[in-house]
Amino acid sequence: MNKTAQRAAGALFAIVATGALAQTAPDPWPGLVVDIFQNRAIADADGVITLDAPARAEDAAIVPVTMRFSNHSQIKVATLVIDQNPMPMAAAFTLGDKSGVGFIETRVRVNSYSNVHAVAETSDGKLRADAKFVKASGGCSAPAVKDQDEAVANIGKMKYREFKSADASKREAQIMIRHPNASGMQMDPVSRAYLPAHFIDSVEVFQGDAPIFKMEGGISLSEDPAFRFTYAPNGAKTIRVEAHDNKGGVYKGEWPIGEAS
Amino acid sequence: MLRFMLTLVAAIAPLFAAKAAPAFALNEITPGVYAHQGKTSLMTQENFGDIANLGAIVGDDAVAVIDTGGSLIEGRAFLAALREKTQKPIRYVINTHAHPDHTFGNGAFVETGAIFVGHKNLPRALAARGPHYLSAFRDQMGDALDGVTIVAPTMTVDETMTLDLGHREIVLQAWRTAHSECDLTILDPKSGVLFAGDLLFLQHVPVVDGSLLGFLDVADRLAAIKATQVVAGHGPLPAPWPKALDDQRVYLTRLTADLRAAIKKGEGVAAAAKTAGGEEREKWRLFEDYNARNATAGFAELEWEGP
Repeated sequence: MNKTAQRAAGALFAIVATGALAQTAPDPWPGLVVDIFQNRAIADADGVITLDAPARAEDAAIVPVTMRFSNHSQIKVATLVIDQNPMPMAAAFTLGDKSGVGFIETRVRVNSYSNVHAVAETSDGKLRADAKFVKASGGCSAPAVKDQDEAVANIGKMKYREFKSADASKREAQIMIRHPNASGMQMDPVSRAYLPAHFIDSVEVFQGDAPIFKMEGGISLSEDPAFRFTYAPNGAKTIRVEAHDNKGGVYKGEWPIGEAS
Repeated sequence: MLRFMLTLVAAIAPLFAAKAAPAFALNEITPGVYAHQGKTSLMTQENFGDIANLGAIVGDDAVAVIDTGGSLIEGRAFLAALREKTQKPIRYVINTHAHPDHTFGNGAFVETGAIFVGHKNLPRALAARGPHYLSAFRDQMGDALDGVTIVAPTMTVDETMTLDLGHREIVLQAWRTAHSECDLTILDPKSGVLFAGDLLFLQHVPVVDGSLLGFLDVADRLAAIKATQVVAGHGPLPAPWPKALDDQRVYLTRLTADLRAAIKKGEGVAAAAKTAGGEEREKWRLFEDYNARNATAGFAELEWEGP
């Protein structure tokens, strides 16, 4: 075989190989069950936890997902996993005792076609999971920060919102934290240095001194992490938040709880 | 085996040959100013990523290229078409922003020795997004993506910069985050032609990948530019200036108003993205591909307004 033919054949095989790879990429979930859940048995959700996610990611950087929890099950931890992301473990929410959290909505980055799993650990130690398949966004949408200067300039600002809850026994609120939540996996083409990772790794939310939830997460959460949730009120007068990032940044906020609606 | 390989190569050779020379129209819209109109479509294997408008401005001494298309194949076709119009050296390749349909053809121009020019944030945007674009567009474009490399600018624009092409000085202006975080416009005062990049969409629904409020603000400020005609990033060209801004402004204003109303009512982002901007649906192409995305990002931005 002459060299030109060899090169052409090599190129052809490379193309074929790439195509085949894309279609038969191994399912990362069994490996993630080992890495994140120590290979414990995971049962079907059976209504204990329900995941709402869009069939298609419209903006790869901001994909709204909601985990809903059955009122009758004691859920200790709810974990959100984006199987195909570089850091699949998006967030683990440890729910406070008697917090009565009914749902948690947040926003995540979805890099490519991926299953998204919501896994509940109940007080009996069992795991249950719901999953949705999310198609990747099209066009020039990337799981990147929209405006890096703005994101850094506003870092740590917080906002608290309240909503009328559909469940009369609960209150509904949203915590928003300004932060680039940047992955740091890209190389700066000018300096050839890798951009440093900078992300929120924990958020604790309290009513008074009682924990509603503690979130531990990483770069799969969207920039400006936001959490909308319901909880059972305990009579406390304030909602309090303490967030930490991986560079030692600490961000705190406290707001009065509005008149019960 | 050898015979099989050679047969296989012979069989696919016409495919590569066909890809090497896609139809590429480059028109002189006014003396010394050339433009190519991309298809109003998503980037696909069939269209080689040829969806964005591209251009070139020719002075007495040199040429400035404005955007390079959505694949190496398209970039090469553009270069070949340009070489049929002028043999003057290509001194500058200007990218209006980082998106793949405007930059994936850059590699075709490396051998010309041109200086690559862009917004001060363009190198950073390409670093943050380039690797994702290369992997994400493989699914959409297959082998039409072959050979594409991310080529970052070595000359960047902080605010404005004038480039002399020989009795023809063109003015580059960098903008705050709007369509994206690295939008650059190019004005040719001699002809009165403005290359707006994706700060202007015609017929193709506007895409917000930076800031909805920034886009509205920049669109207002663009109107003050003394030009007579504009080449939009997408859609028919040339178009009358500044009237060409009108439809886009209506869309962005409607979307902003709908999102503010949804936020005020306490709607969630997923619900708001399904309805906001809906009144504009019939006026735009590719609305289903981009409106919900614009609404999602716009919601997350506008939610920070107010106390």
